[in-house]
Amino acid sequence: MNAVAESRPPESRIDRRFQALKAEGRAGLVTFITAGDPDPVACQTLLDGLPAAGADLIELGVPFTDPMADGPAIQASSLRALAAGMTVRKTLALVANFRQKDADTPIILMGYYNPIYAYGVDRFLADAKASGVDGLIIVDLPPEEDGELCVPAIRAGINFIRLTTPTTDEKRLPAVLKNTSGFLYYVSIAGITGTASAANTAVDAAVARLKRHSDLPVAVGFGIKTPAQAAEVARVADAAVVGSAIVTRLADGLDESGALRPGVVEDVLGFVRELADGVRGARG
Amino acid sequence: MTRPNTYRSGPDEQGHFGIFGGRYVAETLMPLILDVEKAYREARADPAFEGEMLQQLKQYVGRPNPLYFAERLTEKLGGAKIYFKREELNHTGAHKINNCIGQILLARRMGKTRIIAETGAGQHGVATATVCALYNMPCVIYMGETDIARQAPNVFRMKLLGAEVRAVTSGAKTLKDAMNEALRDWVTNVADTFYIIGTAAGPHPYPTIVRDFQSVIGNEVKTQMQEQEGRLPDSLVACVGGGSNAIGLFHPFLDDPSVAMVAVEAAGRGLDKGPLDHAASINGGRPGVLHGNRTYLLQDEDGQILEGHSISAGLDYPGVGPEHAWLNDVGRVTYAAATDAEALEAFQLCAKTEGIIPALESAHGLAEVIKRAPTLPKDHLMVLCLSGRGDKDIFSVAQHLGVSL
Repeated sequence: MNAVAESRPPESRIDRRFQALKAEGRAGLVTFITAGDPDPVACQTLLDGLPAAGADLIELGVPFTDPMADGPAIQASSLRALAAGMTVRKTLALVANFRQKDADTPIILMGYYNPIYAYGVDRFLADAKASGVDGLIIVDLPPEEDGELCVPAIRAGINFIRLTTPTTDEKRLPAVLKNTSGFLYYVSIAGITGTASAANTAVDAAVARLKRHSDLPVAVGFGIKTPAQAAEVARVADAAVVGSAIVTRLADGLDESGALRPGVVEDVLGFVRELADGVRGARG
Repeated sequence: MTRPNTYRSGPDEQGHFGIFGGRYVAETLMPLILDVEKAYREARADPAFEGEMLQQLKQYVGRPNPLYFAERLTEKLGGAKIYFKREELNHTGAHKINNCIGQILLARRMGKTRIIAETGAGQHGVATATVCALYNMPCVIYMGETDIARQAPNVFRMKLLGAEVRAVTSGAKTLKDAMNEALRDWVTNVADTFYIIGTAAGPHPYPTIVRDFQSVIGNEVKTQMQEQEGRLPDSLVACVGGGSNAIGLFHPFLDDPSVAMVAVEAAGRGLDKGPLDHAASINGGRPGVLHGNRTYLLQDEDGQILEGHSISAGLDYPGVGPEHAWLNDVGRVTYAAATDAEALEAFQLCAKTEGIIPALESAHGLAEVIKRAPTLPKDHLMVLCLSGRGDKDIFSVAQHLGVSL
């Protein structure tokens, strides 16, 4: 098991969170929001409120002009964040502020490679670690490009979490698993975020297959929109990921000028609470 | 940097040209990208594939097209002897069809039943719609809303050919956004769909596939110049957006050290006006990762992609093919730039002097010819890739000249 041990950083906040969930006998809720959406201040309030609303892990999207794997909801949220002046540096500041209040909830940055490449890989990893970032999901870095960021991230003590998809076949799976740590993110549909939902039976089979190949926790996402759907996934997976539905809830609370209507952050957190209730009751 | 033994051996197995290229795509696409690479390798080794492609290029596209001595333009400029490689005489009026014939044959070989493509000026969209009509395959073309407005004739052509043209309303609604949308479609319909990429960019193996299918341009020039002048040309000039016509012309000559090469980027309103005013990724950008490859990109400090500008929709792309990025860095090809105004002037000069209305894209190359030719001796043989015809551009040219049609 040497090869595996070397490819994983030491025990992380993510590992500890999944151990705790296992001890509680339940699946976790992973919530996605875009850093700086709709503006940095409101986003900080939302981010800081997520753990109390029931988010077990947090994915924070790093906005990019060209989010090729994302559907309309997350595309629009990225553009809102960029229009509000969001940058990689400010994204890390959101995390650092969050960490002053919460030492336990893992934060995973999710996004595309170019903003990180422009920031400088080494400087980014050092600053991300110092800010309290626990993991990275970089959509356009497959195992073929592991030398770019994945291997340096592991060395810096940050989990590199890989997406596996319905097109990842048996032959390819070992390559995908090789440098993955923290958890596996199973993308339940071939497609972009926030569109179709997968059939439950297909998800069951896919999770079972991944479990045969890896002892890592499996989170399932893409297309989970309601507390009931989250609960379905939570019966079989170690975590359910909800992104577009949360981002859409936030977008629905903006007025015509793009400003936040009063009470919207509370409304979004209320929705997260419903999702969390669904996930927590799933195996009851 | 030491000079390599050959400039024609790239890319390496991972799809890299130096630090450029690669396969920066979502996991959903990776197995398919690997399939495309394998199928392409097998196809190139199969004489039947090569045979069908050559047959179609001859009978359907009309190749070889002439290497034409532009005598009046040569006289007017008073220097180098100027030849036009007449890609605009191909069926559909541009070089884009060369690559589309090759890729649709590959798609059929892979058993794919649906074709998607992105287009900027509409030339690649028209070429893709054409080969889809020819081979009776359903076809969806993604095109930015802005480009749809400035390239109305090509939009109608695509529809006549039976393609569905989907307007892209995200971002700046131009070529890069069309490419994002095509990638989103591909990720969703990965089982039955083949993506015909039109330029020498994107994830490996696309830059290689497009280069190889476009190399027919340079290979013909080599033969024709030998027949007509008994030797190699002295210099080659081509416009570059993504860079498919340029790499197709250049690649067969890369290891002929006597042949100079100039690629011409779109300088828009001027390189000195700032990154939003041109589309010159090599002259005015820096390396980054977009659309599956590392290359020179127009981007801000934070790695966000900028919307370039060019009068020519086909050059209005914030990146450039990775092999061009490498050829720039190793110094084998010179990357110049021409402004909107220079291209407009060249466009008109070509029409009046040679009776050829060139595409605005090709007019950027011609603008460089106009700058260089007068400084060179009369026995200097210069070849311009006249990559497309300009009928599609007459409306936007009229508008820029203040003429209402």
